[in-house]
Amino acid sequence: MDTPIVAATGITKRFGGFTALNEVDLSLQPRERLALIGPNGSGKSTFVNCLSGVLACDAGSTLFEGRDISRMAPWQRARLGMARSFQIPRPFRGMTIRENIEVPLMFALHHTDRARVRSLAEAALAQVGLLERSNSSPRGLSQVELRKLELARALVTKPKVLIADESMAGLSEPEVDEILEVLFRLNEGGISIILIEHIMRAVMRFAERVVVLVSGAKIADGAPGEVMSHPEVVKAYLGE
Amino acid sequence: MTAPLPRNVLQAAEAIPAGSRAARLAGIILAGLVLVGLTVGLLDWTGTDYAYLAAYTVLQFVVLATAWNILGGYAGYVNFGTAAFFAIGCYTTVVIYKTIQLPLLLAIPIGGLMAGIVGFGTGYLTLRLRGVFFSIATLALAVLLQTLVVNWTFVGGARGVYVLRPEALSIFGSYTRFLFIVMLALAIGSVLIARMVANSWLGRGLAAIRDDETAAECCGVPGLRLKLIATTLSGALMGMAGAPFPYFITYVDPGTAFSLSVAVNSIAMPLIGGTGHWIGPVLGALLLGSVQQVITVTVSSALNLMIVGILLVVFVAVAPNGIVGAWKRLSERGSWIHRLLRRRA
Repeated sequence: MDTPIVAATGITKRFGGFTALNEVDLSLQPRERLALIGPNGSGKSTFVNCLSGVLACDAGSTLFEGRDISRMAPWQRARLGMARSFQIPRPFRGMTIRENIEVPLMFALHHTDRARVRSLAEAALAQVGLLERSNSSPRGLSQVELRKLELARALVTKPKVLIADESMAGLSEPEVDEILEVLFRLNEGGISIILIEHIMRAVMRFAERVVVLVSGAKIADGAPGEVMSHPEVVKAYLGE
Repeated sequence: MTAPLPRNVLQAAEAIPAGSRAARLAGIILAGLVLVGLTVGLLDWTGTDYAYLAAYTVLQFVVLATAWNILGGYAGYVNFGTAAFFAIGCYTTVVIYKTIQLPLLLAIPIGGLMAGIVGFGTGYLTLRLRGVFFSIATLALAVLLQTLVVNWTFVGGARGVYVLRPEALSIFGSYTRFLFIVMLALAIGSVLIARMVANSWLGRGLAAIRDDETAAECCGVPGLRLKLIATTLSGALMGMAGAPFPYFITYVDPGTAFSLSVAVNSIAMPLIGGTGHWIGPVLGALLLGSVQQVITVTVSSALNLMIVGILLVVFVAVAPNGIVGAWKRLSERGSWIHRLLRRRA
């Protein structure tokens, strides 16, 4: 087994008296496609926020390529090669779509050449099929287009790890397939992906390994088929 | 069919090849010089020093509004404490006047430095908190500093202090005319800085912070660092605007230096002009500042802040994104004004 690209151990997050995450361990291998699932409120998004540095966790440590990033700010993690999308798309609404994509190029990769930034941004927009819209405002985008913009903004820096937080929620079946297409292509390009998702069809098709969170604790970790027949998982999803 | 106008300055700059960009820059500089020449000529023509006093005040607000906009407009962090930074510049000059007596042109950068340091300090302590907490802290800063100055007898305390103007150099005519030229230079300088910031990586980063700070951080934007640069720069420019003030007014007391009108105007002017673009605060300050000067002379000096209030209400209702926003909306709709301008171009 290779050294994991991401190794989180004992991640704990409390909000007042409520423990949202309780000593969660998670490791991600290079080029791996991992799905993180769990019922609503199980702590998936909190976990993503802890991984990306948006929330400071109360205990636990995160290694990225063997390096301790536990105390790093989100922008430092982004510069190391950890990109994420948001569950609810968060475009920069005051900018054009292309300018949105240029932000990580200018800040995470320190590109200064305007022409190069522009061409890289356009290449990324072409990859998700938003090139014709590059000069318009994100205000006019549909849900699926906004999700694609989120992904383009995350992938334009050619990160080593992409955390896709519910990139497909609320999309129709063909739209889900479109997003999966993009994710598969990225993975073939060498990016490890953590997919947080509710749509089981997408999870079963995409993931090589599935991790299940229930009430802030990890209850299963393994191959998709195996995990889905795990009695604890069945109980969490279907009740007794 | 004419090509649609560029949506913003950045794209416009990209669209123009280097040669014609230089020509455009030369054109802008020439137009600026002609405008400055015309203004000075017009003010000379009135034959009174008062015209320079009024113009000085308008330009001082161009500097303050532009400085406020670097943090408030670009990054979306509202600073209620403009008067505090202005007063730091002001009282730096007073202290220099009462001790080592450096000339004004040296007092200005020192005032800027002091205000910049206070801006950095305030930012460092408060900018880790997002949004409204920063605004509250700036308000507190103004109250704190005013209390300090009121109790500091060396700079006059609550009583205030008189500052005697030195002899004016003959090339400037009167000292008022000299102050006007100093403030004009400060205004041009701060607008150029604001324009440069808007079109740079710093401006893009601040815009990302304004739109969504968490998303910006996840894109690699070092939020705290950029906000600190903006606060320091903004504070320093406000301090520089305040530094010549003691010589302008010749009697400084805390009530004037920390005046409510400074804080209110430097927020209202960018809002009326439009906060997203560097030209917004300039337009707002020229419009609101001139109207205030005219009203002061013709109607009543007490009406000043009421004018600000009325104009703010009008703009919030009619053009919530200021003059620049209204202009953009008109141009996108392809209105008759715009078609007319395009035909002429």
